[in-house]
Amino acid sequence: MAVDLLTRAAPMLRALTGRLVRLLLLLAAVATASFALMAHSPVDPVDAYVGGDIAAIGPEQRAQIAERWGLDDPPLERFGAWLGNLVQGDLGRSLTFNAPVTEVIGERFLTSLALMATAWVLSGLVGFGLGVLAGARQGRLTDRVVCWWAYTLASAPTFWVGLLLLYVFSVSLGWAPVCCAVPVGALAEDVTLLDRVQHLVLPALTLSIVGVAPVVLHTRHAVIHALAGDHVALARAQGESPTGVIVHRVLRHAAAPAVLLQFAALGELFGGSVLAEQVFSYPGLGAATTAAALGQDVPLLLGIALFTTVFVFVGNQVGDLVHARLDPRVVDDLVRARRGRWRRDPDPDVLPAVEPLPVVPEPEPAGRGAR
Amino acid sequence: MTAPLLEVRGLEVDFLQYERGLRRRAVPALTGMDLTARAGEVVALVGASGAGKSLLAHAVLGLLPPNAVERGTVAVDGEPLSPEQRRRLAGHGTTLLPQSASFLDPLSRIGRQVRRTARLAGHADPRRAAEQALAERGLGREVLRRYPHELSGGMARRVLVAMAVLTRPRLLLADEPTTGLPTDLVRTTLREFRVLADAGAAVVLVTHELRAALDVADRVVIVRDGRTVDVADPAGFTGDGAALAHPYTRALWQALPGNGFRVPEVR
Repeated sequence: MAVDLLTRAAPMLRALTGRLVRLLLLLAAVATASFALMAHSPVDPVDAYVGGDIAAIGPEQRAQIAERWGLDDPPLERFGAWLGNLVQGDLGRSLTFNAPVTEVIGERFLTSLALMATAWVLSGLVGFGLGVLAGARQGRLTDRVVCWWAYTLASAPTFWVGLLLLYVFSVSLGWAPVCCAVPVGALAEDVTLLDRVQHLVLPALTLSIVGVAPVVLHTRHAVIHALAGDHVALARAQGESPTGVIVHRVLRHAAAPAVLLQFAALGELFGGSVLAEQVFSYPGLGAATTAAALGQDVPLLLGIALFTTVFVFVGNQVGDLVHARLDPRVVDDLVRARRGRWRRDPDPDVLPAVEPLPVVPEPEPAGRGAR
Repeated sequence: MTAPLLEVRGLEVDFLQYERGLRRRAVPALTGMDLTARAGEVVALVGASGAGKSLLAHAVLGLLPPNAVERGTVAVDGEPLSPEQRRRLAGHGTTLLPQSASFLDPLSRIGRQVRRTARLAGHADPRRAAEQALAERGLGREVLRRYPHELSGGMARRVLVAMAVLTRPRLLLADEPTTGLPTDLVRTTLREFRVLADAGAAVVLVTHELRAALDVADRVVIVRDGRTVDVADPAGFTGDGAALAHPYTRALWQALPGNGFRVPEVR
């Protein structure tokens, strides 16, 4: 039993280690590249930190700040010091928020998470539904309207859609608040869940609208492709209704690309949140990124870059796993390690044939891939 | 005398294609197909590749793509039916036995698919009916949990046969069901058709394996370039084919290995 567990765990362990190594290499590359970019940026961190009070401090004070931050050290040394701290879990202190980077990211991410998760689920569900609808009614009016809508959205920039929604729903109709994640000036303990949801709706809608178009178009294509397949012809020949064909023979085919796309879009979702949060003054990670970039808050920016890398990487890996579960033909080392079922099994014991049709079993090819 | 179960008269099918811009071109695929199948008969539809045999089967089921244009009549039980009417009949009396494993849904387990077929055909206990139909063809329960790509070619064909029989067809259109199978499995499959026909169904067997088809067929319909050229009695296919009236039929017979392998120029 223990041995059996071990032999099953070994490939899983190998697959996990492989992924971890890939992630570490990716993180190293991202850290180096973003540090190099920051080091060569023209913005002076002291100026950015002091801001409007620049006239109030003399050159000695500037030098003091620079020395305290170690800005005069050679870049390589600063990078080395940062890496050393990073390994110990210390990402440094954010200059703009005057708090530890890990704390800022953790807090801001939680706020953003509600926004991004809502937008992500919304765009996935709406996109998939519309894609299936358009594909099933290819060439008809429904299809053309959905396609036209998707192309329009695909070419509309996030911030512009956000401004438009703000204008219509907040300014003209007054249905939604103009800014922020909670009512302005309200004490934290007075904020209700309804308040939060109300403040979330417009930014989430903006963010999801941007992610919807690719899902619609890819799902539509997958549905059309599946409908033209041989297996659909057979289902029809067996009396499957048009709805039955979609439900039983097409949905799963269309879901695989949609899922993969939706998980791969996590990076774009993050990029979109930077813009959407800016437009709606929503205090999430995206707004923090903008603030850090404008203030040349190197520790926070690097921290966010690394965090996003992990976030997107994990998202893509999960997408791979789900995709492999949806499509059994996809070979994924981790899924196969978990599945472990149909691995090179010998001939199935062929049952003796029942009257009146004697069946002679033909030799089965050994491979699992044989058709 | 009652009307034949299936009667195809002068069936023509064109495919519309757009070429360079909006110019439309009709590509003729079938140019005059005649076929009659009575209840209790196995009719073999024989011809070279590309002669339009499979297309005829799909046309009878109303499964042609939207760019196909049909002329001629297809009558079931003596009543001419439009493609839409035939499409509605598919699965309710008529069914298709397709030619390859690609007709199985690659993302669905075999058990699920066969159960679905049984449910559509109105079996009281789809699960039991499906398992039994598979078991009768030598496929055990372990096959139920497999995906199509995990089956060998022979197993997939047997699954397809099980599905076709589960739909309890009055008219079965078998589209090259034996191509590439070992001889013994070809014989088993063909015997299935004989059993179905003897139970009162009409079976149209599309094939290019003339010799194997002769064992079960009541009549042999020879097609060439989208057109029916001859309807022959299986008994005529002996010796050097002197009993065969039509020169193309005789040439087809004589071209077989073992019959001289002769490929004369027939015009």
